[in-house]
Amino acid sequence: MEALNIFVKSIFVDNMIFAYFLGMCSYLAVSKNVKTSLGLGIAVIFVLFITLPVNYLLETYILKEGALAWLGPKFATVDLSYLSFIIFIAVIAAITQLVEMIVEKFTPALYNSLGIFLPLIAVNCAIMGASLFMQQRDFAHLGEATGYALGSGVGWALAIVGLAAIREKMEYSNVPTPLRGLGIAFITVALMGMAFMCFSGLGIPE
Amino acid sequence: MGKLLSEKTKKVFLGPLNKNNPITVQVLGICSALAVTAELKPALVMGISVTIIVAFSNVIISLLRNTIPNSIRIIVQLVVVAALVTVVSEILKAFAYDVSVQLSVYIGLIITNCILMGRLEAFAMANKPWASFIDGLGNGFGYAWILVVIAFFRELFGSGSLFGFPIIPEKLYEWGYINNGLMILPPMALILVACIIWIQRSRNKELQEK
Repeated sequence: MEALNIFVKSIFVDNMIFAYFLGMCSYLAVSKNVKTSLGLGIAVIFVLFITLPVNYLLETYILKEGALAWLGPKFATVDLSYLSFIIFIAVIAAITQLVEMIVEKFTPALYNSLGIFLPLIAVNCAIMGASLFMQQRDFAHLGEATGYALGSGVGWALAIVGLAAIREKMEYSNVPTPLRGLGIAFITVALMGMAFMCFSGLGIPE
Repeated sequence: MGKLLSEKTKKVFLGPLNKNNPITVQVLGICSALAVTAELKPALVMGISVTIIVAFSNVIISLLRNTIPNSIRIIVQLVVVAALVTVVSEILKAFAYDVSVQLSVYIGLIITNCILMGRLEAFAMANKPWASFIDGLGNGFGYAWILVVIAFFRELFGSGSLFGFPIIPEKLYEWGYINNGLMILPPMALILVACIIWIQRSRNKELQEK
């Protein structure tokens, strides 16, 4: 139940884009048409869903202070959290590579639509950001971490598809020349963010 | 300075400050630029941290550029950057703990800051260490000044203070002036960036799209 709550909250309230600005670079660069942005959105959900639980397990059983206690009482005070940046990014880069290879081998059709985006995702801040937030929030068990991963992925995908749809329509409107392209995209995101604010406080009652 | 900064180096350094700015023109590193700018102090610390990390990772990658196999270059770059970020983050935790708490995950996110990967790929892989160092500094400063400008306006109008010191006089509040709470919230950061882009592009016609 708590996991479902986290899932819903991370889509609407703690949206990756509108509340934390994570993954902004590819968000603005790829959101020119709905089809490609949907592809990137799905790729992000996919990679988050795999990397975040792996990082959660690493964090709980290896990196956190006292996490190595299962090795014996001597290790109960070891704190490896200063290694977390390097471990997380290595896991993300490795898994993205792996996912790319698996997708290419077994579902060539999906690979052709996601292909170019998969390697880019390794440096998408949303993926790394989710892992760092996971570390900060101290989820109780794997289910909650997975719920968070799915929720943030879906929230990110929703945001990019929404922006792409608006930008497609905006092609036909008369924007002041200096604002065209990037400038108006920023303002659109700001307005979408304000709209998303009305979700704050949303959650599933206990 | 004469010989130290040749014409080309000067261009490499000054370009990112204006016409080739990482945030408003190259669209790199926006995530952190928006998230840490609610107050001036974290914005300044973030700007300095990014400048240091970009400059040094540029130098390291530039020194290694002939030995890195092409197929694993992204991972090598990520590891170098992650190591530098870990060092900076530990230093901040030791000497400026309150700021490091305010910056929370965004210090860690410098690793995936697109400015780093962008500059490493586009410049350090193809240039000598000294030029890469200058390029890193230029892009770092270009990033930092945008952050400081946004944070200046957000803190001044949002909390009526600068660096945490109240600036707006008490009298004004007595006459009914109210801080604009919207400035503190995320969307205003985006609108301020849009304003900077607007001003910059109306002054530089060649940057305009279509």
